[in-house]
Amino acid sequence: MSPRQPAPPSTEFTKGLWRENPVLVQLLGLCPALAVTNSVANSLVMSAAVLFVLVGSSLLVSTIKRIVPSDVRISSYILIIATFVTMADMILEAYVPVVHKELGAFVALIVVNCIILGRQEAFASRNPVGRSLLDALGMSAGFAMTMLLMGTVREVLGSGTFLGVSVFGPRYEPWVVMILPPGGFLTLGVLLLLFSWYTRRGDARARAASSGGADVEEAA
Amino acid sequence: MTHGTPSAPPARPSASSQRLIATLGGFGALAGLLIVSVFVATSPRIRANKAAALAAAVQEVLAAPDRYDTLYVTGTTLSPTLPAGADADTAEAVYLGWRGGAPAGYAILAAGPGFQDTIRLLFGYDPASSQLLGMRVLDSKETPGLGDKIFKDAGFVEQFARVRAPLVPVRDGQGDGLPNELVMITGATISSRAVVQAINTTLERIGPIIAAHVPREPQP
Repeated sequence: MSPRQPAPPSTEFTKGLWRENPVLVQLLGLCPALAVTNSVANSLVMSAAVLFVLVGSSLLVSTIKRIVPSDVRISSYILIIATFVTMADMILEAYVPVVHKELGAFVALIVVNCIILGRQEAFASRNPVGRSLLDALGMSAGFAMTMLLMGTVREVLGSGTFLGVSVFGPRYEPWVVMILPPGGFLTLGVLLLLFSWYTRRGDARARAASSGGADVEEAA
Repeated sequence: MTHGTPSAPPARPSASSQRLIATLGGFGALAGLLIVSVFVATSPRIRANKAAALAAAVQEVLAAPDRYDTLYVTGTTLSPTLPAGADADTAEAVYLGWRGGAPAGYAILAAGPGFQDTIRLLFGYDPASSQLLGMRVLDSKETPGLGDKIFKDAGFVEQFARVRAPLVPVRDGQGDGLPNELVMITGATISSRAVVQAINTTLERIGPIIAAHVPREPQP
């Protein structure tokens, strides 16, 4: 049996966007995905905070992976993650105070976001710095994509605006439930349904194509 | 579901206690250094943001005074100097506005339990006429689309520029036209009552102190 070939570096980035999307496939990070996607601005800032924490933690963890004893690796990762989250919290409070106030405790809660610790344990602690950086960037981009999608749907329907700019004009009666917690569950449910339907349809077509090819070969 | 390149984690021999302590101690020290550095870098800006937000709120609730003085509540009097041992950020204070050399009213901080969390607000007050001059919500986690009307509903907020203390909450169309009646928001009764209650409670306590204070404009 030939040794397993490592995946090309580009796939470390692209897998987070679709095939291993942290929210839509791994179902991680659902707490912020439900809680702060009531506006596009909140979704954007939360995604930027997750990008900062995930990239910073992955770079550090993949750099120091050989000197951290296995017994204290989780404690060390959490310490590193908490440091980056605290830094992100202070930077957001200094530069975007209004959005920071709206995000409330959810910036601090990035510490317990399973996407971050999951990537350290499953990837950054086993791979070189370059691949870990690509993986962190891809996962952050996949998270941001889902957050923006949810934020757009919820703000446009629930407030009638996009980034605070009116979309439907003054006569639109906002569908308020969309910016309340039930709107988060509803949007995520529909998104998961569409994602699953699209993925399964693609798989079914691929199976049909391969079995069709086999039939042709048999007939010949 | 996959979480990354499926390779075995690097085998690490069990480490000694000293090494475990040194690892966690080292990361702790690094974390402390990073957090303190970011704190030192961002705290002037965070303080400036808070001061600017307060100054903007004072301008709004006192209808744009020329300037304002900070007066600290010391026992039953107001003093322009910070009480000994008190912290300028946490000491209770009111803000006396000046317009054309005459007092333009006091801006007073109030807080009270809302529907979700504590509502913090600033209101303007003229002790001579017992009239409120304006109100601005500083912190609120009231329900989006419902309770947040306490600061988004212009009709509700405008009432605070002409109502007299103590405030009496009334339902829309059910008042007697008295000068201290304030019409509640339909669908956000708890939140709007919380605002009224916070102002009344604060004025009960601090109103006599302000009434006894003789404003003296400091010599330039």
